[in-house]
Amino acid sequence: MRITRIKKEKVVEESATVDLSLMDPIIEKYKFYKGNMIPLLQHTQELYGFIPRGAFLKLEKETNLTLSDMYGVASFYAQFRLKPVGKHIIKVCHGTACHVQNANVITEAIQEELGVKDGETTADGLFTLESVACLGCCSLAPVMMIGDETFGKLTEKSTREVIRNMREKEKGTPCKN
Amino acid sequence: MEKVKVIVGLGSCGLAAGAGKVYDKLKAVHDAKILGFDLKKTSCIGMCYREPLVEVIDKSGSYLYGEVNEAKLEEILEKHIRNHEPIKEYVVKTEMFETADSSFFEGQVKIALRNCGYIDPESIEEYEAREGYKAIKSITENKLTPQDVIKTILDSGLRGRGGGGFPTGLKWKFANNNKADQKYIICNADEGDPGAFMDRSVLEGDPHSVLEGMTIGAFAIEASEGWIYCRAEYPLAIKRLNIAIEQARNRGYLGKDIFGIQGFNFDIHIKEGAGAFVCGEETALIASIEGQRGMPRKRPPFPAEAGLWRKPTNINNVETFANIPWIVNKGAAAYAAYGSERSKGTKVFALTGKIKHGGLVEVPMGVTINDIVFKLGGGITDDKKFKAVQLGGPSGGCIPEHLGHTIVDYDSVNATGAIMGSGGMVVMDETTCMVDIAKFFLNFTRKESCGKCTFCRVGTQRMLEILERITEGKGKESDIDTLQELAYQIKDSSLCGLGQTAPNPVLTTIKYFRNEYEAHIKDKKCPAKNCKPLLTYTIIPDLCTACMLCKKVCPSKAIDGEKKQPHFIRQADCIKCGACFSKCKFKAINVE
Ligand SMILES: Cc1cc2nc3c(=O)[nH]c(=O)nc-3n(C[C@H](O)[C@H](O)[C@H](O)COP(=O)(O)O)c2cc1C
Ligand code: FES
Repeated sequence: MRITRIKKEKVVEESATVDLSLMDPIIEKYKFYKGNMIPLLQHTQELYGFIPRGAFLKLEKETNLTLSDMYGVASFYAQFRLKPVGKHIIKVCHGTACHVQNANVITEAIQEELGVKDGETTADGLFTLESVACLGCCSLAPVMMIGDETFGKLTEKSTREVIRNMREKEKGTPCKN
Repeated sequence: MEKVKVIVGLGSCGLAAGAGKVYDKLKAVHDAKILGFDLKKTSCIGMCYREPLVEVIDKSGSYLYGEVNEAKLEEILEKHIRNHEPIKEYVVKTEMFETADSSFFEGQVKIALRNCGYIDPESIEEYEAREGYKAIKSITENKLTPQDVIKTILDSGLRGRGGGGFPTGLKWKFANNNKADQKYIICNADEGDPGAFMDRSVLEGDPHSVLEGMTIGAFAIEASEGWIYCRAEYPLAIKRLNIAIEQARNRGYLGKDIFGIQGFNFDIHIKEGAGAFVCGEETALIASIEGQRGMPRKRPPFPAEAGLWRKPTNINNVETFANIPWIVNKGAAAYAAYGSERSKGTKVFALTGKIKHGGLVEVPMGVTINDIVFKLGGGITDDKKFKAVQLGGPSGGCIPEHLGHTIVDYDSVNATGAIMGSGGMVVMDETTCMVDIAKFFLNFTRKESCGKCTFCRVGTQRMLEILERITEGKGKESDIDTLQELAYQIKDSSLCGLGQTAPNPVLTTIKYFRNEYEAHIKDKKCPAKNCKPLLTYTIIPDLCTACMLCKKVCPSKAIDGEKKQPHFIRQADCIKCGACFSKCKFKAINVE
């Protein structure tokens, strides 16, 4: 059930770096649209990588949307994140084709490399590991996507290489582990 | 002399396989004007297993090169493009000679995919050059009425390709009969089945065919606004749709009084999904476009009466729409000439899993599963034993090898307990555990259930717990009966298709692979050697060379052994991770 995605967590104080005024143009654009809730949330997430608490409050104040409706929608769809994410989001496909071709091994290898579990972000804020259902490249299973780049026909070894290379590139900001 | 044409396949799968780099390299050569050739882009031709694909068309004919990397590209540039000598061993498709891959195209009939891999999807001219927008123009020229169009679609026998298989003409007729000041037409591009990518390929490869199909639909039901609900995981499809819509607007193919028909106003918008399988269900999809949570609601009223914003609405799948222009152009009879008694035309399948030639195939309804798997698909990877195909995704079921002669049409597939679904066909071999597959799908539907109906919400959870127990070796004798009982209760008491079909993967695997369930429950064994807690790892002393590698990788230090002495696994400490098995170079680890 989708409700199980809601977990009670401590409210983390948001850093002052979230500049909510960035939202003004999108609010202006969608304010009077019918069915504007999802586009507003999508564009907000595009700005910050997640939907900050302050953004919900701002939307409530400046549009016709209510907090409860927005929270209902934001927690229903898998796309919306209520917590900050890493610089790189690693989406490992667990669709049928990838599952049959051992996608679990890929996730396990990344978990080991990064020292985080599925859905978590590394302490240095570089990587977030996620599972998704089907990236549409099933004949190249198992598949993962990092940013806009898709990697196919993965093996445990090639997965580790991809991750290590990325980390190498981000040198200077070493990962936990 | 006519210039050589070089075309690179830049669909999502091609890009994932590295086609972007190949294109960049070709572009550099092209722009440097060292070699004279025309460089073009296209999308997926369906041969995903040979991506990246590069087609070279010279005056002798067309040659499709597979698995092109930088080294191969150098050779192709040098030998074929400079010296006009095709490199036979790299060619996967040509009319000039047989290739090892020729069988992949034998028996395929491309209607929905007619342009995919042949045109540049970002060029409206190339679409028009292949009879694009001819169908909608012929409607004006021949002064056809909406009723005429509906009759053509009815006569063609086209049934919805989104899974339900409802006759499209009939759906249009209902929507046409309901009069209102505003009506909507929606294209369902949510493609939720995890393991299917037909719709993605059509949208990426031939977006205008979907737009034209929708425009014809809008004319038939008298709608003035169209929506394409596309999942956000398909950024390339969305990008190309946006380009196509812009082009169509510039040509006046979308807008006011289009195609010279007074009062025919029609425009199309894209709505990006936000990641919820249930939003593929039509009433949930409508709720989602309206900006709400994607929760299905009771039908009737059907969308044809009260859909988007409570106005009459018609929803069809991407592939359904892609067929429409072809049918209008060639006539209902031409379409109905393909297919079986009650399922007309062709169907696109995404062939994946343990199959040699994984990719996209379009075949006439009525061919057998064996034909698809062994002829087009080239058989099972590593020539292992074929066990089953999974059709219909989370709503479907597994069809076992002994029913491989089943023909693909709606009724024959339904008779096996599976469903035709949208066209995902996942091939499984002897190493796939059927209980694990059932568990996989149930885990999916449990997560994706919107939570409205108790049986769907709680029942899938309970079924999953039982399946988890079975795969961990803690199954009870009564579990199979309990699973079946729960399955029928969920089917009977759920509001929408998600719950009504969620138990199908479990029911069909019990029906055809009961022995596997029993092996897990009674013998505590997994015949496919997949469920880790049920495996026993031992070392075969005769094969062990005492290299110590397994001892080193064992995370729980469960392996004893000295140099020059066969090693030994202490079962009590073994956590069954399989690390020793994958590390051993001498096949000295036995798994049972
Ligand atoms: C849970 C669920 C998910 C569905 N997902 C899709 C989907 O991803 N794509 C699709 O075209 N139809 C999907 N359908 C079927 C649609 O509800 C609808 O029948 C279809 O879009 C109608 O188009 P057609 O008549 O052209 O097939 C789904 C149905 C259910 C119950
Ligand atoms: S199942 Fe992994 S890409 Fe489709």
